[in-house]
Amino acid sequence: MARIGVFVCWCGSNIASTVDVKAVAKAAASFPGVAHATDYKYMCSDPGQNLIRETIESEHLTGLVVAACSPRMHEPTFRRLALETGMNPYLVEMANIREHCSWVHEDKGEATAKAIETVRMLVEKVKRNSPLEEIRVPVTKKALVIGGGVAGIQAGLDIVTAGIPVIMVERSPSIGGHMAQLDETFPTLDCSQCILTPKMVELSQHRLVTLHTFSEIDEVSGFVGNFKVKIRKKARTVDHDKCTGCGICMEKCPAKVSSEFDRGLSDRKAIYVPFPQAIPNKPVIDRSSCIWFTKGRCGVCKKLCPAEAIDFEEKDVIVEEQVGAIVVATGYDLIDRGLYGEYGHGKIKDVIDGLQFERMLSASGPTGGKIVRPSDGATPKTVVFVQCVGSRDDSKGIPYCSRICCMYTAKHAMLYKHRVKDGKAYIFYIDVRAGGKGYEEFVKRAVDEDRVVYLRGRVSRIFEKNGTVFVKGSDTLSGQQVEIRADLVVLATAVTSSHGSRELAQRLRIGFDQYGFFTEAHPKLRPVETTTPGIYLAGACQAPKDIPDTVSQASAAASKVIGLLSSDELIREPLVARVDEKVCIACFMCESTCPYGAIEHVTWKDPETRKEKEVARVNPGICEGCGACLPVCRPKALDLMGFSDEQIYGEINALSDLVKVIHDE
Amino acid sequence: MVHNKISSPSFLEEVEAESGEKVRICYQCGKCSAGCPVGYAMDLLPNQVMRLVQLGLKDEVLSCATIWLCASCETCATRCPREIEIVKVMDVLRRRSSAEGYPSAVREVPIFVNSFIGNLKRFGRLYEAAFVGTYNILSGHLTKDFDKVPAMLSKHKLSLLPPRIKGISRIREIIKRVEEIEKK
Repeated sequence: MARIGVFVCWCGSNIASTVDVKAVAKAAASFPGVAHATDYKYMCSDPGQNLIRETIESEHLTGLVVAACSPRMHEPTFRRLALETGMNPYLVEMANIREHCSWVHEDKGEATAKAIETVRMLVEKVKRNSPLEEIRVPVTKKALVIGGGVAGIQAGLDIVTAGIPVIMVERSPSIGGHMAQLDETFPTLDCSQCILTPKMVELSQHRLVTLHTFSEIDEVSGFVGNFKVKIRKKARTVDHDKCTGCGICMEKCPAKVSSEFDRGLSDRKAIYVPFPQAIPNKPVIDRSSCIWFTKGRCGVCKKLCPAEAIDFEEKDVIVEEQVGAIVVATGYDLIDRGLYGEYGHGKIKDVIDGLQFERMLSASGPTGGKIVRPSDGATPKTVVFVQCVGSRDDSKGIPYCSRICCMYTAKHAMLYKHRVKDGKAYIFYIDVRAGGKGYEEFVKRAVDEDRVVYLRGRVSRIFEKNGTVFVKGSDTLSGQQVEIRADLVVLATAVTSSHGSRELAQRLRIGFDQYGFFTEAHPKLRPVETTTPGIYLAGACQAPKDIPDTVSQASAAASKVIGLLSSDELIREPLVARVDEKVCIACFMCESTCPYGAIEHVTWKDPETRKEKEVARVNPGICEGCGACLPVCRPKALDLMGFSDEQIYGEINALSDLVKVIHDE
Repeated sequence: MVHNKISSPSFLEEVEAESGEKVRICYQCGKCSAGCPVGYAMDLLPNQVMRLVQLGLKDEVLSCATIWLCASCETCATRCPREIEIVKVMDVLRRRSSAEGYPSAVREVPIFVNSFIGNLKRFGRLYEAAFVGTYNILSGHLTKDFDKVPAMLSKHKLSLLPPRIKGISRIREIIKRVEEIEKK
């Protein structure tokens, strides 16, 4: 016989001002199965909790209904309290009479009536609750980091500091990411390479790090604590165990293509290392431009290699790894050059993008740090910088702000003025967004000290006439049209999600927005987690981000991973689906419906008939308790623990009198 | 600025309803003004016109020269990042300005329009030679475009004789009906 205790909370005046709490308690006391019902000003407070604790013991209660706020708020509080008294925590239910009654209704009589019915339902539910045990899942103490830019590097370094091994997968031949392309960084103007390369070296040499460059994620299965990952190690065509990195092959290779790292400002060979500080500092062959692979002849590298490291026969290799947690740090791309026809990007030689300018500034870049016009190599005397090229432009499908351009454009103009003393720098902007530590001061410095001219207005057109580049813009502050003859134009092109991000998200079963950026579990309170447990986000793959924010998020993601992997077992709520093997007909409709891949095929032996058959099984480590499998189960073999059919029907039937009244009316 | 001038609170809504364009979403980037080929002659740049509409400063916008100088070339609308058809807005502003009796800020515009319609009423189809003559005399720009006459004559782009068409009375009817509609 059930002995349920009902505890009605006033929540100060939050509930009590709109719901007659005493009437609710009085009505609840008369419900069948209720042994005790009372009200109190703050149930969650210490005296409130003591009241419940004492009543459980004195009244020998077998279940609790706390009529108070949302279960999201205090369900854990009261379940913990039950556990302390020896009651199974899943015998506690919350009746939400605050968000569902007092906060949304004005009429006290009606709100009270609704509160009484809510309690009635929960009493019927809790009578049908069965004690549940937490699910314990063993954990693989190893983390996967996808992406080897500054976000991945920082996350990886932080995780190994806690003694947890890290597997890093990087798509390109070297780690370093976009940060390796940069010259100096805002707002302190410290050298990007000088602060990044030591981290690259530290990570690659760490005994707990396994580095897979030139590799991609093929498949991810499993669940938090126990992911299985298939990594495709693309054929480098160069055996890195034999290669000494002497560089003869790169010197002699006859096939030239434009360098991705220098964004087309220089050429690289078909056998190449992307940049001198690359890690690993050994070449790979780009088969799409290699003459051996495209025309079936050449082989110069193979003939000359003293270490006999060239292997034209090499195939992609799939490596399988097991990890407990995943950090996604796949970074960003910039918009396609063709998107802005009116700015001549990709057509006019002296119109370049911010990353190209960055390569030009870099001492290890194609010009050795000299700022030159790509068309004739002359020093540009007038440089026009254009912000918001793509960003904040609905008509180009990018309504968002790219967040980093205001700052790097100010930096570019500043560095240009430092290097070309008699040069003129103009910046076209819509708004200057400099909301970081030291950022506003930095922009002011560009204006006040370096005499950069800011013009408020978007540029309409950039065109070439008789070898001169014209920029047609406006200054809305003075209400004038502006036309500038520019020697060089630098476009702050919009940040987009990294190519292939949508496919990766689908493989990982994580969410992404309409622009391909990965979605966090909560924009404020869970900014580094995804909705898939055990998978975390770091850096610009979530949204455009600068280096300080990226590194912060990477460290945050790492601390989440360390927290997750600090215990031997994971504890999960037992609110998962369960299969009644006897009823299951092995149609596996559930399998095709499950968004988490939690359904397994198992052989089950009927204890009575001793016959074996194939049935579905829900892996409680993966199941998120969404319930999507229940309606598709034709024989009704599936049920959701904590929200069983019996419990739900109990709640609905509790309302049958009420339903009848409404019907009659 | 807004406080010491009379702003019409419903003006923005009216212009939006009549043009079908959301003027309120203009975020003043200035790209329309940057590319406007007639911008050099305007008293207000297109982005300023949009701003005045947003603020409901009806008198300022309906008496400006810009709305009469706009050539409806659509450069602004093609490039607008918020995809506002600025030309449609300009159209509405011109209509409102003339319907509500604001004096045209560009003296030549009504002269041009009246000469044009008068010419149509008289000949049923545009008789360029007479039209240019009337406009030049009324506007005081007596020799305007005269230098182009020989070239146009030689290429048969200009006829010295009036066009002859049937049903002039029906053309006049069309114009009359439009004028009646406008009066309402």
